[in-house]
Amino acid sequence: MKFSLRTLLTQGLAGHSGWPEQWRSPEPKAAYDVIIVGGGGHGLATAYYLAAEHRVRNVAVLEKGWLGGGNTGRNTTIIRSNYLWDESAAIYEHALKLWEGLSRELNYNVMYSARGVMMLAHTVHDAQVFKRHVHANRLNGIDNEWLTPEEAKDFCPPLNIGTDVRYPIVGAALQRRGGTARHDAVAWGYARGASALGVDIIQNCEVIGIDRDAAGAVTGVETTRGRIGAGKVGVVAAGHTSVLMGMAGVRMPLESYPLQALVSEPVKPVFPCVVMSNTIHAYISQSDKGELVIGAGTDAYTSYSQAGGLHIAEHTLDAICEMFPMFRRMRMLRSWGGIVDVTPDRSPIIGLTPVPGLFVNCGWGTGGFKATPGSGHVFAATIAQGRPHPIAAPFTLERFRTGRLIDEAAAAAVAH
Amino acid sequence: MLVIPCPHCGPRPENEFRYAGEAHIARPADPEALSDAAWADFLYMRGNPKGRHAERWRHVHGCGRFFNCIRDTVTDRIERTYPAGTAP
Repeated sequence: MKFSLRTLLTQGLAGHSGWPEQWRSPEPKAAYDVIIVGGGGHGLATAYYLAAEHRVRNVAVLEKGWLGGGNTGRNTTIIRSNYLWDESAAIYEHALKLWEGLSRELNYNVMYSARGVMMLAHTVHDAQVFKRHVHANRLNGIDNEWLTPEEAKDFCPPLNIGTDVRYPIVGAALQRRGGTARHDAVAWGYARGASALGVDIIQNCEVIGIDRDAAGAVTGVETTRGRIGAGKVGVVAAGHTSVLMGMAGVRMPLESYPLQALVSEPVKPVFPCVVMSNTIHAYISQSDKGELVIGAGTDAYTSYSQAGGLHIAEHTLDAICEMFPMFRRMRMLRSWGGIVDVTPDRSPIIGLTPVPGLFVNCGWGTGGFKATPGSGHVFAATIAQGRPHPIAAPFTLERFRTGRLIDEAAAAAVAH
Repeated sequence: MLVIPCPHCGPRPENEFRYAGEAHIARPADPEALSDAAWADFLYMRGNPKGRHAERWRHVHGCGRFFNCIRDTVTDRIERTYPAGTAP
């Protein structure tokens, strides 16, 4: 069913009782051309672009839980592309351009809202780093501008720019095209689009083994719902990538950490944009439901626990209350953790692996949501053609052997 | 917050410690003899297991010493800790 004003009116008059399922839930077939392991935004986007742009339609997406129940549903939905290095800027800007037309492309409202992402500078060092980012971004044709504290407060009135505080604000970098989107809608929209093109979306189906032939090439996967054959397997499993790749005997340069987020009680619109402070690990915006969506830092140690230490969230809330004193008496409703896979250079890994037929898209660390459409788009091309898409080419697993790292860790000074 | 039993100081809260990654990764005795792949494996590749994990911690706000720890990465429960340089 195509969403339009007409279908909305018709369904409205019928009491909204006739909306169909948005994607099929078939039994798995014996074999597919391509299996995508992981039904989050990145995996579903990969399946969608495989079907839509490369005419590879005999595809299954296997998800051990429910669609978008991992990091896609656990992040703070911040979208921006103002990365320092050319390689990063290219892939995140590719994603941002796809975000801008995504609702129309999918005929599904992903609620992309370009409300502006403002990154606060608290020290002289921050200011120098962000100005360098602004200049590098301009050379790459990406919008990013430097604001004085007064200009920052104009853009975001709740901001406290007083100087008698622990973390005074000395300026900010603003990407006006940055913003947020609705995380579930991204997963659902891609699932709906992929399913309509013939992709089988199979939930509650955990991969427990990867089958290989005598030459070492992939022949399929073992799952909790039986064996499924495939000539190509794409692993898009975020924090569980090391576990899955281990099934094929491939060691990965990844460590999995819990990253926390929390939301407040819903209130009327009070917060016009997204504000990030990398220095003190606080990320805040207001959802369209009215909740403040707040992101904290990762725990210090690797873990698969999908929770995080309370002291990490407390540290973030300290900073939020100081920067936005009007939130001091807000009550928090819920907090949770997602397991993020972090690479040594804080850049993703997209591409081929030493195992023929096995592809991997991982290592998005603490900032993968913003890349969802671009990541799926270039990974689909990589799988379909059997060689890296030009934008994905620098992000190979090989770079850890050759030493051509894309060191966004140093560029941003923190996880992002 | 974890309560971590430092082998030298006893149980202390996590914020007295600094995490120092996977344990028992020995620096190769003769790096020049290594292939690029073996060097990358030493520098970057990690087990990252879901379950029992041998890791290093440093008691930075205590005795200052490194030690090893066996922790379950699903439950975060610490099985035991033992001094650096000893086998697990």
